[in-house]
Amino acid sequence: MAAEGTLVVQPAPMPARIARRAWQLRRWPLIPMFILALFIVTGVFAPLIAPHDPERGGLRDRNLPPAWEEGGSSEFLLGTDHLGRDMLSRVIFGARISLVVAAVTLGVGMGIGVASGLAAGWYGGWIDEVLMRVVDIKLAIPTILLALVLVLALGQSFLIIVAVLAIAVWPRFARNVRGEVLQLKTMDFVALAKVAGASTPRILFIHIFPGVINTLIVLATLEVGIVILLESTLSFLGAGVPPPTPAWGSMVSDGRDRLAVAWWISTMPGLAIMATVLSMNLFGDWLRDRLDPRLRQLG
Amino acid sequence: MQRYLLRRILLALVTLLAVSLIIFVMSRAAGDPRHVYLDDYSTQEDWDRLTASLGLDKPYYQQYGIFLGSALKGDFGESIKEGRPSMEVIIERLPATFQLGLAAFAFSVIVGVPLGILSAVKRGTFLDMVGKIVALVGQSAPVFWLGLMLVFLFAVRLDWLPPYGRQEISSIVLPAVALGWFYAAANLRLLRSAMLNVLDSEYVKLARAKGVSNNAVIWKHSLRNALIPVLTFAGITLGSLVTGSLVVETVFAWPGLGQLAIQALAGNDYPLLQAVVIVFTLMYVTAALLVDIMYAYIDPRIRYA
Repeated sequence: MAAEGTLVVQPAPMPARIARRAWQLRRWPLIPMFILALFIVTGVFAPLIAPHDPERGGLRDRNLPPAWEEGGSSEFLLGTDHLGRDMLSRVIFGARISLVVAAVTLGVGMGIGVASGLAAGWYGGWIDEVLMRVVDIKLAIPTILLALVLVLALGQSFLIIVAVLAIAVWPRFARNVRGEVLQLKTMDFVALAKVAGASTPRILFIHIFPGVINTLIVLATLEVGIVILLESTLSFLGAGVPPPTPAWGSMVSDGRDRLAVAWWISTMPGLAIMATVLSMNLFGDWLRDRLDPRLRQLG
Repeated sequence: MQRYLLRRILLALVTLLAVSLIIFVMSRAAGDPRHVYLDDYSTQEDWDRLTASLGLDKPYYQQYGIFLGSALKGDFGESIKEGRPSMEVIIERLPATFQLGLAAFAFSVIVGVPLGILSAVKRGTFLDMVGKIVALVGQSAPVFWLGLMLVFLFAVRLDWLPPYGRQEISSIVLPAVALGWFYAAANLRLLRSAMLNVLDSEYVKLARAKGVSNNAVIWKHSLRNALIPVLTFAGITLGSLVTGSLVVETVFAWPGLGQLAIQALAGNDYPLLQAVVIVFTLMYVTAALLVDIMYAYIDPRIRYA
């Protein structure tokens, strides 16, 4: 701070909190955004990008190390697994599974969450009470356990996995949307719309819903990482999308007993999971600070 | 306060009831339980006895009543693979799971709390960077993969620690770190941001202005207030450590409840699985309840809300 009486013109010192935020806002999370773009592009165009068939290998080529290790070949950049399948192609196709599962799950979960959040917040009363207790109960049940029970009872399929994960994500959306609606519905523009004779669906979707979108975007980005982790955990435990479809989690599991012989089988898909989730979290944090700092406590 | 507690306890009970209902519906959806227990060598007598004891000749709501009744007595039927009561199998496994959970919890506090304080106090320094990396890895790396990488590094490559099992005392180190890392990261982040907020507050500025030493400001004025969110989270952690054990125990062949659940899953041992799920949920719900009570006790704002 400038000493008393000097004439040096200095900008007023910013409080630490504001300075920190300003510093954060100026920086775009370029590396995370690049990794996410890579994730989406490889997921969508997997068959065009992958150098080999991810589900077929030759026993002659099994357990080959990555290209930069001794004994590796440039034909298999990340090496091959215990069945001689190309790791790179499998990681690329694994991105596709994670991408599809995350997208469908979030779509469904967000749909249910928004619908129940709007209903709970707008109507209040017993609807609110019932819905929010269901949310409480859902949050009190360990997700992975519930998923395991459902998968064992109903069988292992893509639909079941998505359903299980959607059940896992909707409560957060419901709770946050409800909170937003409770605030929004006391606003003057909502009262005006009512006076003007707008129907309830119209008020909900034209007047209230747009006010919730920011929160939704931020929440969705933060949930993607959680969904990807859950999906990979399920497939690691053998309750995910059934094999031989290459899912990152089951690939890590493939390499479990071969760490001493072929460390890359477990390492590569795990790195892919970590890079994706990390980027998603960093991007989500940044987006939250940008769009909706109130969500900060959610962390 | 009483109303709040009553509500919480009621919710815990309803949660358990909901889980039992889910399990009941799923166990019926999975197929006729008689086929699970009996094989080709069973007699008509066995069949009839099982029908009567499970109440399969009665309507579904009565069957659920019977299921619930025996569940309350701790009777979940016999494990198919072990051929003895599921509860018996579970009780044998409990100590290992608690041991691992405690060790992981200890790790998360020992690493998370000091690093959280230091990275707030020494914001922007090398220590803060280290804290950031620990937190980012903890929150993005899948637990099962982290575990395997620890095995690869410390057991396969360096040969310092046993890769799996529970034979030696040092066996617990790797699984505890794998399980505790995520929570260490969470503790660290929570404590760091709470400390930053407190350090920025009026009363800390006042304390500094009246000449309180830096150490006293950090340890007496700031930390006490910053610990509240960490305490709550610690409680929640105790509960979800239980779930984390599913994955970690599988990776490290740690003979606890989590491994048991996965074995039951792999072996289609439904009676055992449903018992494990109920026990897990019970632990989870109890931990959450205790946290709520503790929190209400610490923070009066909640009590009177």
